[in-house]
Amino acid sequence: MSEIPTKPAAAGAEPLLSVRNLRKHFPIRKGVLARQVGAVQAVSDVSFDVSRGETLGVVGESGCGKTTTGRIVLRLIEPTSGEIRFEGKDVRAMGTKELRELRREMQIIFQDPVSSLNPRMTIGAIIREGLTIHRLAEGKAADDRVKQLLEEVGLRREYATRYPHEFSGGQRQRIGIARALSVEPKFIVCDEPVSALDVSVQAQVINLLRDLQRDRQLTYMFIAHDLSVVEHIADRVAVMYLGKVVELATSEDLYREPLMPYTQALLSAVPVADPRARKERILLQGDVPSPANPPSGCVFHPRCHHPARDEACTRIVPPLEHKAPGHQVACIKQPPTTIPWEEQQRAGGVHPPERYLPLAAVH
Amino acid sequence: MTAAGEAMTGSPASPIPLVSVKDLRTWFHMGSAVARSVDGVSFDIGAGETVGIVGESGCGKSVTALSILRLIQPPGRIEPGSRIEFEGKDLVSLGDEEIRHIRGNRISMIFQEPMSALNPVFTVGDQVAEVARIHGGVSRKEAWDRAVESLALTGIPAAGDRAKQYPHQLSGGMRQRVLIAMALMMKPALVIADEPTTALDVTIQAQILDLLVDLQKKFGTSILMITHDLGVIAETTSRVIVMYAGQVVEEAAVDELFSKPHHPYTEGLMFAMPHIGRDLERLNVIPGTVPAPTDWPHGCRFRDRCPYSWELCEREHPPLYQVGVAHTSRCHLAIEPERRNHPHPPLVVSQGAAVA
Repeated sequence: MSEIPTKPAAAGAEPLLSVRNLRKHFPIRKGVLARQVGAVQAVSDVSFDVSRGETLGVVGESGCGKTTTGRIVLRLIEPTSGEIRFEGKDVRAMGTKELRELRREMQIIFQDPVSSLNPRMTIGAIIREGLTIHRLAEGKAADDRVKQLLEEVGLRREYATRYPHEFSGGQRQRIGIARALSVEPKFIVCDEPVSALDVSVQAQVINLLRDLQRDRQLTYMFIAHDLSVVEHIADRVAVMYLGKVVELATSEDLYREPLMPYTQALLSAVPVADPRARKERILLQGDVPSPANPPSGCVFHPRCHHPARDEACTRIVPPLEHKAPGHQVACIKQPPTTIPWEEQQRAGGVHPPERYLPLAAVH
Repeated sequence: MTAAGEAMTGSPASPIPLVSVKDLRTWFHMGSAVARSVDGVSFDIGAGETVGIVGESGCGKSVTALSILRLIQPPGRIEPGSRIEFEGKDLVSLGDEEIRHIRGNRISMIFQEPMSALNPVFTVGDQVAEVARIHGGVSRKEAWDRAVESLALTGIPAAGDRAKQYPHQLSGGMRQRVLIAMALMMKPALVIADEPTTALDVTIQAQILDLLVDLQKKFGTSILMITHDLGVIAETTSRVIVMYAGQVVEEAAVDELFSKPHHPYTEGLMFAMPHIGRDLERLNVIPGTVPAPTDWPHGCRFRDRCPYSWELCEREHPPLYQVGVAHTSRCHLAIEPERRNHPHPPLVVSQGAAVA
């Protein structure tokens, strides 16, 4: 990745996308009157920036809120609270007309290439739709544009007249990419774009996304559960757990020196395709708690293996704070922390923070 | 923290294998077309051994597994001449009654999707106990006790209480443990695990793989692990079969396969996978797609996508060549190894049929 020169713009430059304190609560309703009896905190207090030309990877397990976050950024889901700025403009304050304009600049590629393409429309019509809606091209010009897009994503021009069922999973994903590119967006949310694909085809699609990014200076938010795919494509990675970002760092730092105990466990759990690799595995006990009833304090504390974990972790909500330049972690037990030791002791803490790096020797 | 990556080694393949699949052909007859999904597959599984089958969608790995259990429905058919030898019997020619006795008793299966493999209207305890009642012929009470015992064995906390719950009340990882409890209930000689962790999150996958390794050591059960994930293969199996287009294209001990892959498809799969800690500017790809099972190409079925193919590959379907100790490969490179030094763009690329 070091050869790519497009990396985050100089400090001080305005990020393309900026998200602050985003929350989304889905109400749980019961009974005939649909009385609200609780809320699923799908996204709770998430903040991050994405610079121009950058790929921000978002990883986490089912139900961690990564997909919801991606949809909120595009305003496909309305957040409960928080701020979203795209090129400095307040996305939440936008009216219908502005929002339509915004949708031209922000696109999405979905996980399931089967259900995200209308089976009754030809490939040409699917790709053309965006051009028509945004009045970018008509008639012959639109036809030419469609064919050009097909070629750019590695498909034949003649495919414009065919239907989605005639294509394999990898080809359908290419069609989804061509559709997203048709309106010349600046920013694309890739929501698990390769999860449904076989390994050999997955590699083709990842390479295509990287080539397109380089040629068109695209900015990606790349959502995935596969940590090895994310390492390959992302410049920075946000790790989510139970609706929160628990670690945010450059891809290099995160994979070399994960500091959040959850990230450590997640990385150690990935099976290694090398039978002679004998790696230490951190086995997490039990399942992810319900987001309708998240644990108090640090949401990860019931499953945490940090040797200094104590009562304080159950009472203090850890802020996402810098442990090193550009490396943010939500853990009061990994030094340095802005939660003073005295405060931790008042909350029942008995173990002072200590640096814990069980994977340091592995990666 | 546990030392992971400890593979289920088991005993080395014994002289008489537990299962011996010989020239298995499972075809689907659809009107005039015949999908030759499994097309001449042979392999052995030793007692206490864990064998992996790896391959991508449509390679025939799941159909192979279902054939061993005789779970193929019309229009699918196990073709005459196929043999599956197990404990002195040929499973292909057994009557329905006899095969039912083997299923669940001597050979059991763990499916990929734990939600659809469980009945939503019965408690999980009832479903596990049912195995003991049907196959073990024990009383209701005893079956229930054994179910709870089996659930506890798979690491389900408070198994007695959990047994009274319904599938929807359990998480994905817990449901998979229930399926494992069902599969191991009768202490079968062989467990077929078809993508047992694909639907699970990575931390839960680690728990389940660990559990399978433990239980395999405890009971000495043979396991046939079917997966598309080379990581799962590397961490759990001792011998690997690579399938492509309905056939075995390579077979070797796990260390040998990963250090000296012979078949260009195996090699391609290994390079196409992103690895943590191995950052490449571009991933290597296998261009093109798997051919259709109704129309396998003549000659080598991987020829179009292969960077080494030459005219022999079109003319002659490669046999399984011996390329090392207990290592076979369905590739003509075995007789002309120097061609590996001169790769070329695969046919699918040079003909412009697909992109790299």
